[in-house]
Amino acid sequence: MSTILECSGLTKRYGSVYALNGADLTLETGRIVGLLGPNGSGKTTLIKLANGLLTPTSGTLTIDGAAPGKETRAKVAYLPDADYLPDWMTLRDLTGMFRDFYGDFDPVKAREMFSSLGLDEKERLKALSKGNREKTQLVLTMSRAAKLYLLDEPIGGVDPAARDYILRTIIGNYSENGTVLLSTHLIADVENVLDEVVFLKQGQVLLHENADALREERGKSVDAIFREVFAC
Amino acid sequence: MSWIFSGEKPIYTQLVERLQLRIVTGEYPPGARLSSVRDLAAEAAVNPNTMQRALAELENMGLVYSQRTSGRFVTEDGAKIAALREQLGREKVRRFLAEMRELGYRRAEAAALLETEEEEA
Repeated sequence: MSTILECSGLTKRYGSVYALNGADLTLETGRIVGLLGPNGSGKTTLIKLANGLLTPTSGTLTIDGAAPGKETRAKVAYLPDADYLPDWMTLRDLTGMFRDFYGDFDPVKAREMFSSLGLDEKERLKALSKGNREKTQLVLTMSRAAKLYLLDEPIGGVDPAARDYILRTIIGNYSENGTVLLSTHLIADVENVLDEVVFLKQGQVLLHENADALREERGKSVDAIFREVFAC
Repeated sequence: MSWIFSGEKPIYTQLVERLQLRIVTGEYPPGARLSSVRDLAAEAAVNPNTMQRALAELENMGLVYSQRTSGRFVTEDGAKIAALREQLGREKVRRFLAEMRELGYRRAEAAALLETEEEEA
């Protein structure tokens, strides 16, 4: 088992606000990890730092032993929480673009997933509904053979049937060499799929445990535990 | 078939129960080859490592066995499957009796009710 992502004292400050405040986290390869926390707990900030889209105020973060940069980007498949692809392109154009960008992209896999989800490759991204745009982005991300998948709210905007399909895709795509870190509020939907859960609270790692061990220990679902820990 | 899980128990113990049931009912007949961990995990929509743990548990119980290259198979030991069936049956009866006790039924009353219900059915 080797380490794919490591944060130590990771801090990101915006003015006087700490989005992350000394987060320590180590993720091993071959795990599906849920990054859970209330709004503003630092989930997206952590994912953006791991992509090198932000730089830490202090502390360190490494991917496979290296600081985020050109080299790590080839190993990381990232699904942002917002639309980021040029919306005048068709799904086929986008598939071609991903193939050009990423050596580990598998166009056949992407095409299969588009067809299972009923997405027409001739369609332009802007002609799709919000949920279908999200599915498109996810298909493109999951069609890479990356070492680390960083999925920021991958199922938030899609219908329950597509949600099941996406979770099965994540499971089916699982390999001992790949780690999936996914952030979400829909804990009940994803908890059976997770190896580990990470609870973020006010920019710190409150808990990092095996999901099933946590359920066994507390006699509750992860969803119920989350509601208790973060009760308003 | 969808596998619905309850919150209180760990997923792996629920998977063990579900797979035991499939073996007892013959949905997975003696000697049958099981799907791969990945496929079973995808079918149940659970983490592959959790499914792996459940299968290892079944292996410890002697209900399935691995062959290094060709996969996992259901035991061909009919006595073992019969014993499992009886054990699951006992557990259900015990649960039934406990629930009847909660309703104020004595054991004999519960048994009598069971008899008449069977006749009506």
